[in-house]
Amino acid sequence: MATNYEDRVRGGGYDGDDDGDRRPMGGRGGGRRMHRRRVCRFCIDKVDLIDFKDVRLLQNYLPERGKILPRRISGNCATHQRMLAEAIKRARNIALLPYTTD
Amino acid sequence: MENKRQYEVVFIVDPTADDEVSKLTESFTQIITDQGGTVTKAETMGKRQLAYEILHHKDGTFVLLEIEGSGREIAELERRMRVNDRVLRYITVRVDEDRRRAEKLKERRARKAANRPARGTQARRGAAMDFAEAAGE
Repeated sequence: MATNYEDRVRGGGYDGDDDGDRRPMGGRGGGRRMHRRRVCRFCIDKVDLIDFKDVRLLQNYLPERGKILPRRISGNCATHQRMLAEAIKRARNIALLPYTTD
Repeated sequence: MENKRQYEVVFIVDPTADDEVSKLTESFTQIITDQGGTVTKAETMGKRQLAYEILHHKDGTFVLLEIEGSGREIAELERRMRVNDRVLRYITVRVDEDRRRAEKLKERRARKAANRPARGTQARRGAAMDFAEAAGE
């Protein structure tokens, strides 16, 4: 009986994890998945072209280490992620953005 | 006219040779026009810190050229830049195709926005607003 109960509780916890996308999780208790709004910022702003010279914009998608922020975290759509990645790579080429930082 | 290609060329000039920037830009413009292209825009983006060192330089002056032409003048321009010690780095990006695509998407969106409210009940206001939005962009 007791084990059963525990199972159920754990099951519930797991469910919460799965719903993580919809429910904001404060602090630690929520689990390893962080809450992100899953929308493409570029789609909302109706961006058709991502300029590689726009360092301020590109920097938002370059975390500390200098790697391109993956789509699963930024929530970008495939089209815009592709454009973004291309722009970042071009910017790296002319030293507007770093390849790596350490 | 329709099949003219558009390019954006950004090059970095040695910051210790800052007074040469305008001269370099001029000579590159000359090269382009000699080859039959046109420079639609030449802009100095100013001195900037480089994200990483290039030939032991920590910063450089960035110059942007927008070029329209057949593509042959780009080859000549790149050759010249490669030879020139003052130019630390350059990049050429062909932009006409992407721009055309962006234009198309924009048009499609405007058309959709114009069509959508027509089906609804409060048609007039919505359509007008969407149009204004599309025009304002």
